[in-house]
Amino acid sequence: MDSQKIVRGLLIRGMLAGLAAGVLMWAFGYLFGEPHIRDAIAFEESISPPSNEAPLVSRTMQESLGLLTGTVVYAIAAGGVFALVFAAVFGRVGHARPRVTAATLGLVAFVVIVFVPFLKYPSNPPAVSLDETIGFRTRTYFVMLLLSLVAAFAALRIGRDAVKRLGTWNGTLVAVAGYVVLAGIASVLMPAVKEMPEGFSPELLYSFRLSTLGTHAVLYATLGLGFGALAERWISQVRPAAAGTYRTSSLSAGAPHS
Amino acid sequence: MSDTTFTPELEAPSVPLMPLSDLIPYALLTALLAIILFYFVGAEEGATSVFPGMTMHEWVHDARHLLGFPCH
Repeated sequence: MDSQKIVRGLLIRGMLAGLAAGVLMWAFGYLFGEPHIRDAIAFEESISPPSNEAPLVSRTMQESLGLLTGTVVYAIAAGGVFALVFAAVFGRVGHARPRVTAATLGLVAFVVIVFVPFLKYPSNPPAVSLDETIGFRTRTYFVMLLLSLVAAFAALRIGRDAVKRLGTWNGTLVAVAGYVVLAGIASVLMPAVKEMPEGFSPELLYSFRLSTLGTHAVLYATLGLGFGALAERWISQVRPAAAGTYRTSSLSAGAPHS
Repeated sequence: MSDTTFTPELEAPSVPLMPLSDLIPYALLTALLAIILFYFVGAEEGATSVFPGMTMHEWVHDARHLLGFPCH
């Protein structure tokens, strides 16, 4: 019954941090992503004039409520999963205090879920990809994401043995190297997607892709730091015995300890 | 001072929060719901469709591009 209470509290906090992250992602995306989407759509319309039919959803709605729906739904779901993964790894993988565990998990999740699949299949603004390859691109993207997750799990197993034998620092390095090698092999073996219309601005492409990474960085920073702070307070509340072992005041953190 | 390396600012006792078996029902339900939500934001009315039409695709169109999902 104790664990039910803890997991319920963590799940709620994960989804709350996710909600906040979704709103922040929208603000970031609206400011730094939408200008590039607008430019890409202008390019698209310059090479193939749009039909005269009214669009299903207006551009204004797509940029505001549409984008907000997408980022909030995505971030709440991510926050829920993040909280449960945190509950599973805390005290099992490494012995860091809750907020350090959550921040580390945020960084790892960003690399495994976003950055590595992105290196193989980077995001593209409207006008870049071909309609007829959507099936192929969807399959390869999700397979690459899955392979990155599998590589991360394998690295975790490798790391457990390595840490026992080589100590925490070297063992962790072995695990990271294991992930890099496995994900690198997967990335080389996956088929390439090379689609780029003639005359598309490379600068626009670069800025758009950067805004993708920025939007996800906002998500995982908010989950890692925001959920981490909430989770640490919650765990201190339900496990008062553990709370004494991680003091939060900056004074004690600055004091020399033996 | 002694050479113990316990740093209370960084380290917590290595006590898992709960047995993994207690976590499984929550993990299954959350994973299932999350996958459905990710699907509707990231892929519905693209390569595959649950609902006919393109309204849902168009509604989350910008998020799909910005989050890096394959789109048109």
